[in-house]
Amino acid sequence: MGIRSEVSSPPIVVVPASVKTVAVTKGFDIKGSKDSSKPNSRDLSPRSISPVTESKNIVENLSSDTNASEKKILPEKQEKTTEDITDSEPTPIKVREGALDPKAHYERERGGEKELLHMVVVGHVDAGKSTLMGHLLYALGQVNKRLMHKYEQEMLLDAPGHRDFIPNMICGASRADVALLVVDATRGEFETGFESGGQTREHALLVRSLGVSQLAVAVNKMDNVGWSQDRFSEVVSKLGTFLRQAGFRDGDITFVPCSGLAGQNLALPPTEEALLKWYSGPCLLDVIDNFKTPPRPVSKPFRMSVNDIFKGTGSGFCVSGRVETGILQAGEKVLVQPQGELALVKGITMDEMPTQVTFAGDHPCVTLSGIDMQNVLVGYILSDPANPLAVTSRITARIVVFNIKVPITRGYPVVFHHQSLLEPAVVTKLIAQLNKSTGEVVKNNPRCLVKNSNATVEIETAHPICVELYRDVKELGRFMLRSGGLTIAAGLVTKIH
Amino acid sequence: MKLLHKNVDKDGRGTITLMPEEAEDIWHAYNLISIRDNVRGSTIRKVQNESATGSSTSNRVRTILTINVENIDFDTQACMLRLKGRNVEENQYVKMGAYHTLDLEVNRKFTLSKAEWDSVSLERVDMACDPTQNADVAAVVMQEGLAHICLITSSMTLVRAKIDQTIPRKRKGNVQQHEKGLQRFFESVMQGILRHINFDIVKCVLVASPGFVKDQFFEYMFNQAVKTDNKVLLENKGKFLLVHASSGFKHSLREILADPAVVTKMVDTKASGEVRAMEAFYQMLQTEPAKAFYGPKHVMMANEAQAIETLLISDNVFRCQDVMQRKQYVALVDSVRESGGEVKIFSSLHVSGEQLDQLTGIAAILRFPMPELEDENEDEND
Repeated sequence: MGIRSEVSSPPIVVVPASVKTVAVTKGFDIKGSKDSSKPNSRDLSPRSISPVTESKNIVENLSSDTNASEKKILPEKQEKTTEDITDSEPTPIKVREGALDPKAHYERERGGEKELLHMVVVGHVDAGKSTLMGHLLYALGQVNKRLMHKYEQEMLLDAPGHRDFIPNMICGASRADVALLVVDATRGEFETGFESGGQTREHALLVRSLGVSQLAVAVNKMDNVGWSQDRFSEVVSKLGTFLRQAGFRDGDITFVPCSGLAGQNLALPPTEEALLKWYSGPCLLDVIDNFKTPPRPVSKPFRMSVNDIFKGTGSGFCVSGRVETGILQAGEKVLVQPQGELALVKGITMDEMPTQVTFAGDHPCVTLSGIDMQNVLVGYILSDPANPLAVTSRITARIVVFNIKVPITRGYPVVFHHQSLLEPAVVTKLIAQLNKSTGEVVKNNPRCLVKNSNATVEIETAHPICVELYRDVKELGRFMLRSGGLTIAAGLVTKIH
Repeated sequence: MKLLHKNVDKDGRGTITLMPEEAEDIWHAYNLISIRDNVRGSTIRKVQNESATGSSTSNRVRTILTINVENIDFDTQACMLRLKGRNVEENQYVKMGAYHTLDLEVNRKFTLSKAEWDSVSLERVDMACDPTQNADVAAVVMQEGLAHICLITSSMTLVRAKIDQTIPRKRKGNVQQHEKGLQRFFESVMQGILRHINFDIVKCVLVASPGFVKDQFFEYMFNQAVKTDNKVLLENKGKFLLVHASSGFKHSLREILADPAVVTKMVDTKASGEVRAMEAFYQMLQTEPAKAFYGPKHVMMANEAQAIETLLISDNVFRCQDVMQRKQYVALVDSVRESGGEVKIFSSLHVSGEQLDQLTGIAAILRFPMPELEDENEDEND
């Protein structure tokens, strides 16, 4: 592998996480932006750390392999911070006595920090996802020589990342804010990945349906086609049309020609003459850096989807997952749903660092006690006991049917993917077929739903699940339906029965 | 099932005596017996005697009773049928009209009298007594953390065990928990197989999963078998067949039974035949929607035009309480056969049958397109 180590001074820091979700710390430190001198700060015990030091700690933790000087070299870029955090629908929320204003709290805790952005890397088999990410991480100094060797081996394991592993991808992508789609520019390879059998289409549709709106497309392996501009334009035009159809806005898609193997146009502007002739756009890292952080709904009731359950050190056990909305502080009680058991939060860790509070958009590990480990399963949701979620086994939803081989009828058995939850379900009723663009009812009680149609359906799951209406909490109102190893539809919850 | 006695008149009235020999026969009995039939069988009744002095003694008596069935209850796990009804025959211990619940079990004969034996019931008796239909298959559908151990007989799919464990994911610097969890999960599945699968009867064990879980499990199981010197597993290694499935849920059985490797091994069992018929129906719905219909109204109308080539019908519709409705369906089956069509009666215990039940229980593939039916609205309000 042509890894060159002269790349230094990484502007951002990247951590590899499980299921190819990459947490990118965005922006830079603003020293002393928000002072923690507000009154009524209940949890700011003397032990708590000021925003500045805390952020430093995190950076240090993330870039443990790099030298400390890197922290100072940060891009001169407009910081997107708290002005983004707006709360759209003011829903009546019961607030516990003595609770803090979550928004103010969030600003105080995170106002001065880089924002964490979760990115998922998707693409067809052998498009070069791992090589590209490996190289990018390497270039950023996240991976040293020894680790690099490990990555090379891991790539072999990556190879079968085909349809059997899409459930894992859904779990990963449902946690992501932005996505990087890797396509192979090699003649023939792009086409294989893009045709109906390939994963490029399915992945792109999936990430869009899971709520990712910003997408970077890395047109990889450009070295294989001699850095040809014609080939790049061809891929851009083909893929662009499709992505627009899939619902991405023009301004939110960026195409970048690069080579993961040669390391061209990844972290640094390209050096390849053939590419420089016609390309003057940003390199991949700049594109990633330019992603906007989506608003974090911190003032909504607390919800966290459980992604993993494991024994931690000490008492209790840990659950990890993504905080969808709201905030959680150590010492609070949470409701484990759908069962409805109460548990006590003993501690919260973020990136292996203990912390007192966690906000929407974070991926903490929460230590729970007062509940048996057996009673918490992957896909469960931790919620605020004062504002629990609806628990149901029957929902009405609006679905978008993908490119399917057999039509959906009533009684069609599917696997219901909701966050990290997998649940067998049945489409019990086809209520109406809708017009794709206007959403008007085309036909009531259709006999079947053919490919690429929109419809309102009723779905019944085998066990009760917790969902939210899409209009209330977007993250928990989205789901996917899969059958026989294929994603057949994406949907939004419109009614809970 | 053994047919011991049969006496059916031309008009359909008559009695049949049957001896269930295995669990599946109880399922057949469940489909044969309908409400208001008379069933005669041996049972145990608690009888209270009052002596001349007024003291009462109660003792259990084995006796033969005939009841008029009012309620039928089928227990899939124990494979028992409970029939509740009133006594209709004079008996030494039980008064006429007294309620009794008869249990039908394996190896206990019973006599069934019906006012009318229709073609579907008679066919069911023939099918149940056919000794060649005996391909017992076990299937283990699994994914990481979830496994179903099922037994598939020609007309039943029974979930014998469901193993659901959380396996911690791999995380930085701590792979042991993941591996331990996986080992524990494999161990449970293996124990489940040993407990629930009788290798004397089962001819083939299908192990299905997405990805490499099945291979890992297979390797684990036989490593363990060698370590513990487990003869049962080692001797039956050849019976295991690894197949791909997209998930560990029960409905993945549908994919497994359609797998070419499985089809060749299972040749022509009812289960795989049903899966294929269902697939053909969906295929037709995709390519020529005017030649595939479901729902009683559409199917009846297609039948009037003698358009039905294959009729898919769930045995659930024949078990309905409504006699008129049952008659209607029996007439439909007969009429399709008369016009040269094929009738497939799905077992509602199979996955494909479950799906058909959800799809109103009745569907048809037509000989020629009937686009006019599409405009007819299937009026149903359930």
